[in-house]
Amino acid sequence: MTVSEVPFSIDLSQALPLAASEITLAVGALVLLVVGAFWGEKSAGPLSWIGALLLVVAAGVAGTAPLGVAFNGAFVADPLAVYAKVAIYLFAALAVVLGAGWTRRQGIAKFEYPILIILASVGMAMMVSAGDLISLYVGVELQSLALYVLAAYHRDDAKASEAGLKYFVLGALSSGLLLYGASLVYGFTGSMRFEDIAVVASGDAGAGLIFGLVFLMCGLAFKVSAAPFHMWTPDVYEGAPTPVVALFATAPKMAAMVLFARTLSEGFGGALGDWSQILVIISVISFAVGAFGGLAQRDVQRLLAYSSIANIGYALLGIAAGTAEGLQAMLMFMTFYMIDTIGLFACLLALSRGGRPIRRIEDFAGLKQDRPVTAIAITILALSVLGMPPFAGFWGKYFVFGAAIDAGLWGVAAIGLVASVVAAFYYLRIIKLMWFDAPPEGVVATDRAPKEAQWTAWAAAAFSFPLVIIGLTWLEPLTRIAASGFGAG
Amino acid sequence: MPYILSIVTFLPLVGALILLGTRLASKSADAAAPAARWIALITTLATLAVAVVLVAAFDASSTAYQFVEYVPWFAGIAYHLGVDGISILFVLLTAFLMPICIVASWRSIEHRVVEYMIAFLVLETLVIGVFTALDLYLFYVFFEGGLVPMFLIIGIWGGQNRIYAAYKFFLYTLLGSVLMLAAMLYMTRAAGTSSIPELAQFGFDPLTQQLLWLAFFASFAVKMPMWPVHTWLPDAHVQAPTAGSVILAGILLKLGGYGFLRFNLPMFPEASELFAPLVMVLSVIAIIYTSLVAFRQTDIKKLIAYSSVAHMGFVTMGIFAGNEQGVQGAVFQMISHGLISGALFLCVGVIYDRMHTREIAFYGGLTSRMPWYAAIFLMFTMANVGLPGTSGFIGEILTMAGAYGYSTWVAFGAAFGVILSAVYALTLYRNVMFGEITNPKLKGIADIDRRELGVFVPLIIGTIWLGVQPGAVLDLTEGSVNALVATYRAAIGG
Repeated sequence: MTVSEVPFSIDLSQALPLAASEITLAVGALVLLVVGAFWGEKSAGPLSWIGALLLVVAAGVAGTAPLGVAFNGAFVADPLAVYAKVAIYLFAALAVVLGAGWTRRQGIAKFEYPILIILASVGMAMMVSAGDLISLYVGVELQSLALYVLAAYHRDDAKASEAGLKYFVLGALSSGLLLYGASLVYGFTGSMRFEDIAVVASGDAGAGLIFGLVFLMCGLAFKVSAAPFHMWTPDVYEGAPTPVVALFATAPKMAAMVLFARTLSEGFGGALGDWSQILVIISVISFAVGAFGGLAQRDVQRLLAYSSIANIGYALLGIAAGTAEGLQAMLMFMTFYMIDTIGLFACLLALSRGGRPIRRIEDFAGLKQDRPVTAIAITILALSVLGMPPFAGFWGKYFVFGAAIDAGLWGVAAIGLVASVVAAFYYLRIIKLMWFDAPPEGVVATDRAPKEAQWTAWAAAAFSFPLVIIGLTWLEPLTRIAASGFGAG
Repeated sequence: MPYILSIVTFLPLVGALILLGTRLASKSADAAAPAARWIALITTLATLAVAVVLVAAFDASSTAYQFVEYVPWFAGIAYHLGVDGISILFVLLTAFLMPICIVASWRSIEHRVVEYMIAFLVLETLVIGVFTALDLYLFYVFFEGGLVPMFLIIGIWGGQNRIYAAYKFFLYTLLGSVLMLAAMLYMTRAAGTSSIPELAQFGFDPLTQQLLWLAFFASFAVKMPMWPVHTWLPDAHVQAPTAGSVILAGILLKLGGYGFLRFNLPMFPEASELFAPLVMVLSVIAIIYTSLVAFRQTDIKKLIAYSSVAHMGFVTMGIFAGNEQGVQGAVFQMISHGLISGALFLCVGVIYDRMHTREIAFYGGLTSRMPWYAAIFLMFTMANVGLPGTSGFIGEILTMAGAYGYSTWVAFGAAFGVILSAVYALTLYRNVMFGEITNPKLKGIADIDRRELGVFVPLIIGTIWLGVQPGAVLDLTEGSVNALVATYRAAIGG
């Protein structure tokens, strides 16, 4: 299914079914918006549930939609896109559910919350299906604009507003970089389509094209929050509402990683040597920043921001390998990482003392006493993110490092493994506080946990271990199919 | 007997799950404690029974892996279990020491009993899994997974400085094992298989061997522990509860030696020969230096911990001597040390439970108040020194004979260390046991009771039986060890 074979006219009857899930969501979001506008704030609760349901339906639609290329190569529906979309929709649905309860308890429930997440999901779906630079940019912007608003969703909270503003300014900067890179690439290749760019890039790629490629990569690195483009991450993670951060840390990361992989291996497959070395450097800086930066953090969400920077470094290593195996490793890694992360954020949502959320690491002290099961869940999830066998995170690392070593990047893999030992320290500190320390004097008992957060946390922990043992046997072939056909060479 | 290895490996885990169910069903943690002790004891005894059946059914004349189970999993990784003459002994040792640990913790662990027992049973599964796994990654999962329950055991039930010790233990061993993981990933890619028996046949080129050898060495040397990466051990030991120390010294230290025998020697023979002088020097330093350090300790447990490092020096020395006596001796020394050091830590636990201190200066003249205890402590002190008639003697004499075959000077250094071990062990015994009771607090100290005696009896029988009848172990390992040494010798052209 090469793009150049597609005639330069749009056959809607062929094109629309490919994008069925996006259309479902876009139309659904508009309908919900109208309903919300008429019913006002009291519709927030029902609309959240409908929105979550819509996302789950969209996941089903995406999973069964036909494969192919449409809109003159701008929209690609291949197994990779389908895999990513199903994951994105499901995690977005979880974020809607987690956020619905949270906003209600905080007294800031608004019907825009699910709608913004749905719109962001459409953007993310566009990103993973992008076949040219225009759809890449449109997808990124649609996603980002919705997320900027979500970051500042709690608008009476100074920190949330600050987070939203920071995210917006730095996000706009990265979009500028992205756009500048795209214009350079277009100028030097004469085409927007990855297929055509690849033809030029596989020959003697000139300095101008490389320049454009570097700008594109910088813009994308911003979106995945890889170091040294990570500065916004800790602040946004700290300031934005917890369920929104749970979304930030999962679905958009997956979308941006898949877009990253697709742009590089489809558009610049011939220039593997050029971008692979950049990615390797970004990875190394990311896991160094993530590991060492996390050591000094006192706020749990800030800590998780550094943890995500480090983990993105590992995932990028899979792309840097430049092989189908590497892409598969990245998908496995991101899947496990998203499950662990949403589980950890669900734990945070499930914990509060006297109505105040638990945010400082010290507040975890002695948690085993009043919340033993949640303490076990956090322990499992933290060990999984840290990469201890037999938890899910270990298998993600196993695939990524295996692919990296296969591609001759064994030095980087060794650095990454050592960095994970440094990072182990801060995960262990949480475990230590929960299990070894007594709760401080006069501390209020934890509140009754909201059901949806608790169940999400337990389900994620149960997946990390022991369900991952079974999960691997079907995720492995699934991701292999999704990644097949990729890779330079 | 199909699936017997799976049964022996996962039976403790089943017990742990039952305990978890009991805990969730009971109203408070204390209500479930008595039942938890019995469930844990029954589970470990059942595991021991299965392990005994396993040994009885084992065919010592064959050098192949036996009771093999093979189920493909994903991406080339398989659920692949099997035992040979070396690993079956460690399975038995683990299954043997576990019920002893449970009984030893019967009274001394008072809070969070259910969780403690769960951690121990999970640990048992992981450790037995290390010895039965024949797939590289399955091995790694068990090997590395053991860190977590041990981290919790030290951190929750340990003494004063337990958190520092738990961190040190975890991070040291984790650093060692991630390097091993990198090496494993490389090996699988190069050889196209993750099966341990196949990798042993593969034959890596010499330069690759050296790098891989170093990566594996980094991991196993920390676990062993060898000088100079042994410093986590005294801290971990001092802070761990008695049963934790027994497991640490009795079984977890053996993971390093087992790893050398399973990976370094057969898979990288040329690198092993190249690096053997390094190992020998480190071993002799460990034997002499840590013996001297042990002599200066004021804490009984720390003293025994350093003595463990010295005894592990004999093991590494025997393994890398690369001859039959050396390797046989190393295996024997590991088994014997598992019994003796376990018993010594239990001895410390007896007086610690009564007086809540491990300061040598606190004690003195215990013989007059605790004659039974004094006799038992004396017997294990002597075994630790390597008195003929105890298992300690066989292990030391065989490894030294092996080392003599490698180099006279190494054997000389090790023999010097034996003298030093007598110095610190007998000094300890004199200070704690002999003389007049000067400390008034000791006037009312009671001799060991029947439960404690029950803990020591199997260890006494084991130590003496192996001392006079070493063939029981040596016959079992002979076939596998000879095959291992023969391939090693063939590979290095000796």
